[in-house]
Amino acid sequence: MIVAENKPFHDILGLIEDAKKILIVGCGGCVAVCLSGGEKEVGVLASALRMSRKKEGNPLETVEVTLPRQCDPEYMDMLKGYVKEDIDCILSLGCGVGVQFIAERFSKWVIPAQNTKFAGGTIAHGIWEERCGLCGECILYKTGGICPIIRCSKSLLNGPCGGSQNGKCEVDKNLDCGWQLIYDRMKKFGKLDLLLKIEPPKDWSKSRDGGPRKVVREDVKIS
Amino acid sequence: MTTKTESKLEKLLARGEFVISGEIGPPKHAGPEGIVKHAENLKKYIDAANITDNQTAIVRMSSIAAAFHVLRSGLEPVIQITCRDRNRIGIQSDLLGAYSLGMRNVLCLSGDHQSFGNHPTAKNVYDIDSIQEIKLVKDMRDSRKFLCGEEIKQNEPRYFIGGVANPFADPLEFRVARLEKKINAGADFIQTQAIFDMGRFEKWMEMVRKRGLHERTNIIAGLIPLKSHKAARYMQKFVSGMLVPDEIVYRLEKAKEPQKEGVELCVEQIKHLKQIEGIKGVHIMAVAWEEIIPTIVEKAGLFPRPSL
Repeated sequence: MIVAENKPFHDILGLIEDAKKILIVGCGGCVAVCLSGGEKEVGVLASALRMSRKKEGNPLETVEVTLPRQCDPEYMDMLKGYVKEDIDCILSLGCGVGVQFIAERFSKWVIPAQNTKFAGGTIAHGIWEERCGLCGECILYKTGGICPIIRCSKSLLNGPCGGSQNGKCEVDKNLDCGWQLIYDRMKKFGKLDLLLKIEPPKDWSKSRDGGPRKVVREDVKIS
Repeated sequence: MTTKTESKLEKLLARGEFVISGEIGPPKHAGPEGIVKHAENLKKYIDAANITDNQTAIVRMSSIAAAFHVLRSGLEPVIQITCRDRNRIGIQSDLLGAYSLGMRNVLCLSGDHQSFGNHPTAKNVYDIDSIQEIKLVKDMRDSRKFLCGEEIKQNEPRYFIGGVANPFADPLEFRVARLEKKINAGADFIQTQAIFDMGRFEKWMEMVRKRGLHERTNIIAGLIPLKSHKAARYMQKFVSGMLVPDEIVYRLEKAKEPQKEGVELCVEQIKHLKQIEGIKGVHIMAVAWEEIIPTIVEKAGLFPRPSL
């Protein structure tokens, strides 16, 4: 999932300071799963904003709605009835995709309430970790299912650098060295010989380096 | 007039001279002979030469190393540093190193995307952009500080700082605003994209003058001498950010001697540009046709070049 984290409360307050009435839009997708932008978080943020503004003597009116997903035009349609004339701006608790889909669809000023962090998963309740670098050409079959692009701080493709000690990365002693993990796993599967092959430079044009990406599937296109 | 740097280009501009810069593209090998030959042929005809930095993202000898050969040959180089291939650490390190070798001018630019070059699968850097780069070079010079804020305790690099502007890209109004940003960031001189559509260029210059920008930096007009109508057509169709009017293509197509016509056109452009308020010189990008520069300079009545 896309993991996102709320911007600091005071930053959000600052971003909406000119508004009297705002529409707060949650997302039932990834950010609901990572407990940062679903219906519940929308409610909590809305009441905190109202309370804070009331205390300042500058009351804020909020309208709240949570879409099943913000990254789909079909669900964006559901927002139409809420985007009324008197709404000064829209505060999105979606990821960066949601914010942009709202901006593309409606002629209203849109503000992100979240910092979109990474593609990752839940480790324990309240802990999420990055797992995928979205490089566009998966090489996990070469590395025992552990990604060196995102789990190695230098995205090295041919083994650990000299900074790996006691299984930890030189960047942060609390961070596992991705290559130690890969090595251990390859060893367990008796596939260490695969790591001897010199891995050639990666084709980064398939990643973000090639420019903004797009997927077109002729087989599922309608009309 | 006081100058901020030891750059000859800066001194000539400060004296009010109409400057001419050229361009030398480093080779796709490790031999310096070609660069030295170009530098020697051009040094009497131009005041400085840009040394491109892996232009169109094709691997070539580094701009700084090639510039060293140019400098030794007696021509003042303008090194180019794109943001495509190095991060803020590499850029600052190269600025220190190049200055230690005698470089006094730097042109800051984002650089062509690697998808245009011969290593399209490369990762790009773009850690900082061209405007941030200009500010970085200025802060190293005027505040004696690295980007991180740490003091440069001695021998700060004192570059004459250049940026680029494209009057032919869109949106036109924002191009002027962006030029202003570059000037605010610290651009001492600006080289423009090659001009073919003089009408559009004059419109841009009018907007530039309205904001008083021509008095805050030295605008040097870019030109590319054309060898044939095919070259003109190619640029019109395939080079993004260029505007080549059809009349220029036709003029070369109809010409009995297209190369001569190309020179003629370039000379006319120079004479015209010289009359435009706020234009401080021309930058002739005779890519793979460097040897034509002396002819153009002579015909434009700009030879001999002033000396310091």
